[in-house]
Amino acid sequence: MVSDVVIVGAGIVGAACARALAVAGVRVTVLERGAAASGTSAKGEGNLLVSDKGPGPELDLAVYAASLWPDLVDELADELGPAFPSLEYERKGGLVVATTAAGAEPLRAFAASQRAAGVDARAIPNGTALELEPWLNPEITAAVHYPDDAQVQPVIATEALLASARNHGAAVRTGVEVTGAKRDASGRLIGLVTTAGDVPAGAVLLAAGPWSGETARALGAILPVRPRRGMVLVTTRMPHRVFHKVYDGDYFGATQSSDAALQTSSVVESTAAGTVLLGSSREQVGFDERLRVDVIREIATKALRLFPFLANASIMRAYGGFRPFMPDHLPVIGEDHRIAGLWHASGHEGAGIGLSLATAELLVAGMLGTAAPIDAAPFGLARASLAPYLEEAA
Amino acid sequence: MIAAIRTRTVLVVGAGPAGLAAARAARERGASVILLDASDATGGQYWRHLPPSRPSANERALHHGWSTYRALHDELERDDGCEIVLGAQVWAIERTDASDVTDASGGADASAVTDASASTDAATVPAPVAVHVLVGPPDGTRRVGRTFRPDALVLATGAHDRTLPFPGWDLPGVFTAGAAQAFAKGERVALGGRVVVAGAGPFLLPVAASVAATGAKVLGVYEASRVAGLVRGWLPKPWQLIGAAKKGGELAGYVGSHLRHRIPYVTGRAVVAAHGADRVEAVTIAEVDADWAPIAGTERRVETDAVCVSHGFTPRLELPIAAGCELTPERFVRVDDGQRTSVAGVYAAGEITGIGGVDAALAEGEIAGHVAAGGSARDADLGAAVGARRTFAGFAARIEAAHGIRSGWTSWLDDDTLVCRCEEVPYGRLRDTREATCGSGLRSMKLTTRAGLGICQGRICGRTVEELLGAGPDVGGEDDAGHAASAGLETAAGGLFDRRSDAGGLLDRRATTDRRPIASPLRIGELAAAEDPTTSTTHTVRKGHP
Ligand SMILES: Cc1cc2nc3c(=O)[nH]c(=O)nc-3n(C[C@H](O)[C@H](O)[C@H](O)COP(=O)(O)OP(=O)(O)OC[C@H]3O[C@@H](n4cnc5c(N)ncnc54)[C@H](O)[C@@H]3O)c2cc1C
Ligand SMILES: Cc1cc2nc3c(=O)[nH]c(=O)nc-3n(C[C@H](O)[C@H](O)[C@H](O)COP(=O)(O)OP(=O)(O)OC[C@H]3O[C@@H](n4cnc5c(N)ncnc54)[C@H](O)[C@@H]3O)c2cc1C
Repeated sequence: MVSDVVIVGAGIVGAACARALAVAGVRVTVLERGAAASGTSAKGEGNLLVSDKGPGPELDLAVYAASLWPDLVDELADELGPAFPSLEYERKGGLVVATTAAGAEPLRAFAASQRAAGVDARAIPNGTALELEPWLNPEITAAVHYPDDAQVQPVIATEALLASARNHGAAVRTGVEVTGAKRDASGRLIGLVTTAGDVPAGAVLLAAGPWSGETARALGAILPVRPRRGMVLVTTRMPHRVFHKVYDGDYFGATQSSDAALQTSSVVESTAAGTVLLGSSREQVGFDERLRVDVIREIATKALRLFPFLANASIMRAYGGFRPFMPDHLPVIGEDHRIAGLWHASGHEGAGIGLSLATAELLVAGMLGTAAPIDAAPFGLARASLAPYLEEAA
Repeated sequence: MIAAIRTRTVLVVGAGPAGLAAARAARERGASVILLDASDATGGQYWRHLPPSRPSANERALHHGWSTYRALHDELERDDGCEIVLGAQVWAIERTDASDVTDASGGADASAVTDASASTDAATVPAPVAVHVLVGPPDGTRRVGRTFRPDALVLATGAHDRTLPFPGWDLPGVFTAGAAQAFAKGERVALGGRVVVAGAGPFLLPVAASVAATGAKVLGVYEASRVAGLVRGWLPKPWQLIGAAKKGGELAGYVGSHLRHRIPYVTGRAVVAAHGADRVEAVTIAEVDADWAPIAGTERRVETDAVCVSHGFTPRLELPIAAGCELTPERFVRVDDGQRTSVAGVYAAGEITGIGGVDAALAEGEIAGHVAAGGSARDADLGAAVGARRTFAGFAARIEAAHGIRSGWTSWLDDDTLVCRCEEVPYGRLRDTREATCGSGLRSMKLTTRAGLGICQGRICGRTVEELLGAGPDVGGEDDAGHAASAGLETAAGGLFDRRSDAGGLLDRRATTDRRPIASPLRIGELAAAEDPTTSTTHTVRKGHP
């Protein structure tokens, strides 16, 4: 059983784990090289989705996570009081539509497979979809409504989890970069080398998002996390005309594909602030931060296919980040079987906001030796689908 | 055989004094030039004037150096080798890797390249940028997209003036000095009957003069800096610049105009509040100490119907940042003696490299254009410009020393003073949220409070928000050892600046409020539309990029 943990990374995954461990009585220190919530968790959207996942372990994790969010939001609101900004949690539901004749049948089949796995996925007539979203392009060819899709403001959620972790005794140290490992004679990890000196640790939890791969290397371990770049466009404020999270069916292809080339699929949603977010792209170009006009042009073009009225709306901002991508599309949650004392919570790709709470519960169970709420084995580093990638550099 | 030398194409963004001078110098060296400006006239902030449809006989009297402007403008307009595109908003600059560039032929508008452009100078490597422009009235139905891939890019986007918040600063009738001057010079509209001009810096004087020229009564110019500070910076009189005789003469002219209009010039005073129900009716003017903190008991209420306030300048840095240009610690574009930025082929001139006034902008622009067109800063014909630049060098530092914003201004604020007007974020909320979250990064603070996320994208409030967040002791993040960790953080004003050479780019881990990859809003329809093939200038490059 673990009694003190040093967490590397103050993104939403590190924050959720810090809070859950601190609440469970573990002594927690979070080390963050930048500012809190300055990484990927501040550069994406806050969709908490079940709609985009096919049957399998990731869907199980997402369904479990969806069940945790409402209570967590209430608990944090009670604990942090009215002075703390709202998490903007809203279970507004998702609407997935096909925009081509060829896309209709695959969408319905996907929804049927999700229903079999227990997801509330309602195939609805196109007319009903247009009642839910009156501004939607009437040319859609199929529609599925997912009442359980929700959203949260990811930066506020991260900050709230950290504030709560601090209330439960955790220390959050920003501006401290982890650069290496301290091991004992047996090879066990007993601390970290950082830009602010050595930090002893009973256990280390690596939650460094897309940088977990390079940080793992600094600790002497291979972890095949890679950045998968994504960009989002933000409109100026406008009257509320998009009521759900609305996706085109291509989305599934993009999330499930490992293709490195540019892919975009439309995700259109309103925020509490009155802006509309248009997402998003997926491409593997390393940590390349440069704006690409062809990418945002494609995002804009596809968004218009869903909502033609947006043609006259204005884009005022573009931002983007690097999803922590795993080659087998599953996060790594749990103990490292190669280095004693090292634990992982990384590789959530485009779903880390939603999955953060469930990840934290699995980790607490693993670290404290309590019963896991769902089967943790599919997320273990030792899983077969990862084996080829753990050997590469040896 | 002597290889034919292909005409270099120089793209100049901004047609203020710096951009106009750059365009002419580049033409004189034989480059083909495209000069873009978002507004509907050349001249920039300084030579703002009535549209040709409403000519005025009085421009000469209103503008210092009007004949300089006319000469520059007329020469460029007559010149077939210079294309002037107005209503041309650069909305993005993309960085293209040098390795992407397989074809050395630049992307100038083919029609502007008079010389048979087929022959390429193999030694020429175009600037590693693609400049994306929308041309047309911003509120029109659909602007036309154009993309430029020039051999050299000169950025001359200027600065806008900065106004610090105070209670009531969001009332109608409160103007930035720049807006007031634009009204007065560009529209000839009086702002009100009784006008107060306040803030800091030598440019308050010409603003007061322009406002007075519209027939308004200027009740006074209230300069926050103390006389002692002014004397140190400006010796011996606030309107006389050390070493810049010409500038001194010009400002002395304004003093004369002040005398004519009987405008009192008072230092060590600030407008600390504006009052009124639907629009400004009165202001509170207080004496302030050397830190600009109001001195209790000195407040005085003055009835007024318009207030022009300006406390300094913010350079328009979004395009240089997007192009990847390094900045100085003072947050201007870093340039060398040839006005070269850190990005090969990209030059900068005028107010984005330092606040130096119109003559400095003209000199820097001339040097930038000349070097961008292939010349050297040591060429004899640049002698006068290089000399002028030397004269004005340090002007920015002197303005900063005498008039730079002092930290005491934050005590003007009430809890409900709006800091970010677009998103209506009051000071109290900013402070409380910072405390509740232990004041972490700038990016997180913006996203938790929404300060700076509105339509102006932090142009008005960005640096104010940075300073307010940087004001406290622990904004760099808490540290067990009890001292703020500041190195490399994206937070406090001083510790904020990103010195990395790749400061440009969209996804930089370190945030600053100057970064705006989308430099100006555009319609989704405009973005989605493919560029108009008849006006796009990318086709010369596309030949090399199948
Ligand atoms: C465009 C886009 C859209 C997205 N949309 C969604 C969505 O709608 N829903 C959803 O659930 N997810 C979404 N995501 C994915 C989600 O943002 C990520 O999965 C999630 O933020 C990952 O969180 P994290 O805590 O693992 O990583 P991060 O937030 O990146 O946190 C890792 C932290 O570790 C720090 N760090 C790294 N190395 C070190 C070191 N050596 N020492 C100290 N600190 C270090 C970093 O500075 C960083 O702050 C999106 C992502 C993108 C890019
Ligand atoms: C209120 C005020 C009073 C002043 N009074 C004096 C004075 O009395 N004496 C003096 O010497 N100086 C004065 N100045 C300073 C003077 O105006 C500047 O020194 C001078 O205008 C700087 O020239 P510039 O070419 O660098 O920039 P500007 O004149 O600001 O020109 C920049 C141009 O770039 C264009 N631009 C910016 N971004 C884009 C984009 N993305 N796409 C397309 N176009 C773009 C703008 O439309 C603008 O026309 C004053 C300034 C202000 C604000």
